[in-house]
Amino acid sequence: MSSSVDFSKGLPSHPEKATLEGKNKFLGFWVFLGGETIMFATFFGTFLGLREGTAGGPTAEELFSLPLVFIMTMLLLTSSLTSVLAMFSMKKNNHKSMLVLMIVTVLLGAAFLGFEIYEFVEYVHHGLGYTTSAFASSFYTLVGLHGAHVLFGLCWITTLIIRYSRSGITLTNAPKFYVASLYWHFIDVIWVFIFTVVYLLGIGGA
Amino acid sequence: MADDLSKPFPKSSMSEEEIMKINKERRIQVTSFAFMIFLTILAFVAVATEMIEVGFAIPFILLLAVIQFFLQMYYFMHLKDKDHGWPNAFIISGVVLSTPALIALILLLGVTKY
Repeated sequence: MSSSVDFSKGLPSHPEKATLEGKNKFLGFWVFLGGETIMFATFFGTFLGLREGTAGGPTAEELFSLPLVFIMTMLLLTSSLTSVLAMFSMKKNNHKSMLVLMIVTVLLGAAFLGFEIYEFVEYVHHGLGYTTSAFASSFYTLVGLHGAHVLFGLCWITTLIIRYSRSGITLTNAPKFYVASLYWHFIDVIWVFIFTVVYLLGIGGA
Repeated sequence: MADDLSKPFPKSSMSEEEIMKINKERRIQVTSFAFMIFLTILAFVAVATEMIEVGFAIPFILLLAVIQFFLQMYYFMHLKDKDHGWPNAFIISGVVLSTPALIALILLLGVTKY
């Protein structure tokens, strides 16, 4: 690894992959995402297998409300766009704009999480406890696991924002922001399947 | 060395041409975002209005989800870009390994009486 950085030329156009460490983070993170895909697939499979087993408790059709899921989907999709735009700002060496877009991402994500918590509380009031039925357990586990990922992502990105609020874009923090944004997109991809397979199929009565 | 890596840059090294390219890419991203919103609305409408038969609506919304998956992966997560051979390999392996797991779980749990 070269021991000095040439500052005269300016920030490289791909700052996240300008160092060996950055390249390794990038590659390692994609291995992680490949693994996450399989983990989520097993939870989806379990839910799809068990979703008919309501054991006399509330069914998907009775519980789910389309407007709520629609708002949550829009929030998460938009947060995915803001984190994409943040990465463009990063590449252009625009630190301030990147931070602002990342903060918007965190706010949208937090709003999403708030709706999800409200949703779960509502369902419990309607008599859908975690152990009520096979449907309940697999639903809470799948959607809750996604929610836990959102929470982790929020903490992660918030930490990055605070830690690097004044540092400017450097070759150390560019890969960190980039990888966090990849993670955020992945959460959004998972949500696309959750709203389709869990909510729309549930309401559609399939 | 470590200090050097933690120093900000005074400017970006991108040429006019590169900035044009990145701005064009950003436009494509925003367009694909608009398209994803459209697909999402379409999926919700397909289920909400009940105008479409259930037998058709289900494969339809699943197809929309798959299209969104590819848009997210290949555009937002840059899988279509150069230097993404290994990331592609990892994600494709993930999807390939997921498929039998998913099918096996649905069949085993769905068919067995519990």
